[in-house]
Amino acid sequence: MLEFLSKLFGRDSGSKNIAKERLRLVLVHDRTSISPQLLETLKIDLIKVISNYMDIDEKALEVSLDSKGNTVALVANIPVKGMKRVAGA
Amino acid sequence: MSEVIVVTSGKGGVGKTTTTANIGTGLAAKGYKVVLVDADIGLRNLDVVLGLENRIVYDIVDVTSGNCRLRQALIKDKRLDGLHLLPAAQTKDKTAVSPDQMRDLCEELKKEFEFVIIDCPAGIEQGFRNAIAGAEKAVVVTTPEVSAVRDADRIIGLLEAAELREPKLIINRIRPRMVRQGDMMSIEDIIDILAVDLLGVIPEDEMIVITTNRGEAVVLDQNSKSGQAYRNITRRILNEDVPMMNLEDEGGFFKRFKKIIGLK
Repeated sequence: MLEFLSKLFGRDSGSKNIAKERLRLVLVHDRTSISPQLLETLKIDLIKVISNYMDIDEKALEVSLDSKGNTVALVANIPVKGMKRVAGA
Repeated sequence: MSEVIVVTSGKGGVGKTTTTANIGTGLAAKGYKVVLVDADIGLRNLDVVLGLENRIVYDIVDVTSGNCRLRQALIKDKRLDGLHLLPAAQTKDKTAVSPDQMRDLCEELKKEFEFVIIDCPAGIEQGFRNAIAGAEKAVVVTTPEVSAVRDADRIIGLLEAAELREPKLIINRIRPRMVRQGDMMSIEDIIDILAVDLLGVIPEDEMIVITTNRGEAVVLDQNSKSGQAYRNITRRILNEDVPMMNLEDEGGFFKRFKKIIGLK
């Protein structure tokens, strides 16, 4: 009943939130002129560097841009499977 | 003191030409001397929207290339004494005019008219650069869709890079019922994302189709919401302080009901 009501009166389940979210993400890329290809190259480089120190799950690695207000952040989620023994440590 | 205003959007089909025609007609109806410049070379349309397509002899390229004098290419409106059109060329392309030529042309037009309003082509290439070259102010038209708002954001960036600071936004074709249902981005949503000043909002209105079919401007129609919206925009361009009109007419009952059950 509540769901029906909120649908009828369009509280927040409407498609406009999807539009806003998609727009927000697309604009983060547009405004910083960082292309998905560039992000992909960055990701490969990150894997290379971090692999020297840690054993990471390359498939689950996520790199994305996010924005809050006027600031943009590079968010990297890198699952670590194990640490590597660094020579000389 | 005259003003040169460019009407632009990035995306096609959002209502640049309709907006140009209505702002121009609105200003002329208030007694100002106005010239509308169709900068969409190769895809001439402002003439048909104004219902002046049968009067074209010379066009903008004839003027810039010296085939005729400026005065010969200007077409006077059927109804309003102060309204004139400088039509685009239909058989040439965007490169037929250069930004320098556009700047010179705008300077010439400023001597004779109080408002020079330029209808910009869609896109961000040469046609866009030509259209904005001689402008002092910019109006960006968008609709409440992801693609149109995205392109508007890009255009605002390009305008600011070209020293056209503080462009003003027009949100066209808004559907209050869908906004209320949460199925269309609201005025606030769009302003929030684009961070520009709002010049006006035009509701989706069948009267626009009907008047455009006739080659008339809806701004002269006293009974429609869209006509009222364009009259408000005209007054804001004249620096009058006009409150945003209430678009919610069919929702009176629902709004009251929502209040009663505490949803808003």
